[in-house]
Amino acid sequence: MSRIIMGIESSCDETGVGLVRLAANGTVELLADEVASSVDQHARFGGVVPEVASRAHLEAMVPTVRRAFATAGLSMSAVDAVAVTAGPGLAGALLVGVSAAKAYAAALDVPLYGVNHLAGHIAVDTLQHGPLPEPCLALLVSGGHTQLLRVDDIAGKITEIGSTVDDAAGEAYDKVARLLDLPYPGGPPIDKAAREGDPNAIAFPRGMTGPRDAKFDFSFSGLKTAVARWVEAAQARGEEVPVPDVAASFQEAVADVLTAKAVRAATESGIGTLVISGGVAANSRLSGLAADRCAEAGIELRVPRPRLCTDNGAMIAALGAHVVAAGCAPSPLHLSANPALPVSTVTVS
Amino acid sequence: MLVLAIDTATPAVTAGVVAVEPERVEVLAERVTLDARAHGELLTPHVLEAVGGAGAALTGLGAIVCGVGPGPYTGLRAGMVTAAALGDGLGIPVYPVCSLDAIAAGVTVDEPFLVVTDARRREVYWAAYAADGTRTDGPHVSVPAELDSPLRAVAGHGARQHAAVLGRRLLDHDHPTPHGLATAARDAVLSGAEPEPLTPLYLRRPDAAEPGARKRVTVS
Repeated sequence: MSRIIMGIESSCDETGVGLVRLAANGTVELLADEVASSVDQHARFGGVVPEVASRAHLEAMVPTVRRAFATAGLSMSAVDAVAVTAGPGLAGALLVGVSAAKAYAAALDVPLYGVNHLAGHIAVDTLQHGPLPEPCLALLVSGGHTQLLRVDDIAGKITEIGSTVDDAAGEAYDKVARLLDLPYPGGPPIDKAAREGDPNAIAFPRGMTGPRDAKFDFSFSGLKTAVARWVEAAQARGEEVPVPDVAASFQEAVADVLTAKAVRAATESGIGTLVISGGVAANSRLSGLAADRCAEAGIELRVPRPRLCTDNGAMIAALGAHVVAAGCAPSPLHLSANPALPVSTVTVS
Repeated sequence: MLVLAIDTATPAVTAGVVAVEPERVEVLAERVTLDARAHGELLTPHVLEAVGGAGAALTGLGAIVCGVGPGPYTGLRAGMVTAAALGDGLGIPVYPVCSLDAIAAGVTVDEPFLVVTDARRREVYWAAYAADGTRTDGPHVSVPAELDSPLRAVAGHGARQHAAVLGRRLLDHDHPTPHGLATAARDAVLSGAEPEPLTPLYLRRPDAAEPGARKRVTVS
């Protein structure tokens, strides 16, 4: 007997609704993945404005749900469970998704699963590449998160190995983009500019790589400042800033540290699979360098397609399916959103 | 018709099941908790308890009435998205009601009056009503000292909170009740008309400033 799981995501600036089919043999198939983004409304502020995001979620929630069912060609009564991002994320934004999910679960008389956004970023890979080998290692890189995680059980046991001590990788992209007069969000324009530049033109620092630094933690704040200093010095000398070289050298520093630490963590713990997910996973240099280094180290690399890497409802539906398949207890209907939900909590009970 | 009434525009987390007929608005069961931080957590449980308390089922509801503010944003959204998703999941219409109108619907006085609720940031939401409960002005948001109205009687929990500044006669109706919500929406509900869009009354733009010139990291 197959089961249909609806997933709702609203932790940041994307309202996502996904539908998946969980087959009796445990395979998970994507049926619909609808996203309404408020990113354009945030662009002029140079970052996500929580109140603007929350207002957009309220407006988009029911229409996005309807689109998902239309895309899947399913009626709402086909749903067997509702999964929703309970955290981590922006409090006001999470609350909209959690409230909607509770109401749908009540209306459809099906169980509710409040699940972890970060675990969703990993679970989404199963929609493209099939079941995850466990244990595996996951590198989550986005505008809000930069974490190295060990996954022993996608439905239950995820352990943080390292994380950023300051800015998220995607945040560094946004800030450097602004410095170079490139648009927000900064990832795609920097990636594009970098293609014309020399990644070895400028030796930007590799944060947290000293002998006394935490082996698997990251830092991007110093890198961002180093780029700003370099650009300001060039401007002070009256030189034109070589945007492609700065972009390529910055991007190289980010990709170098991320992939070096991820591959080292996998090698040291004898783990044979690395999953890279989150919005920054779409970066061409990150995935390219990761592919080279994983091949050298004999590690299988899995990177979901860009559409699945960014925030969406399919990832929450996929995680919900794994949680349902594992027989986990549903969340109570007085479930609260938790902006600081730790990654060790996959399902909120 | 059995109507579910929901409001989260004030510190009250309100859900009730109301029988609505042309000559009768009768509350069958209601669950209300005063906690400005618990709207998201408690509303759906309150809805199910109210439905159970009325001896009904969600599938037996004919419509939902939802307060659309004005009210502090986060709590307000919890109620509105709950109402919208319940309506969508059950396939029943959701009728918006100005939350101040729902408070006014519970007031019985023989003079025009104000309804005032807390808008946080030392401001209030307010509207003016005729003695029969028809809104004549508002809703507005302003600081209590600048509330510009000659009316002497005032309802709403904001009136109690800011009594020292507002200085008017308090009427004992602090929050929108299921009875008030259903009464305010009765004509629309019974007409079976397509509901108005469920649009929140924020009355303020989001606080967000466009960034100025970037700060330099080096001293010039």
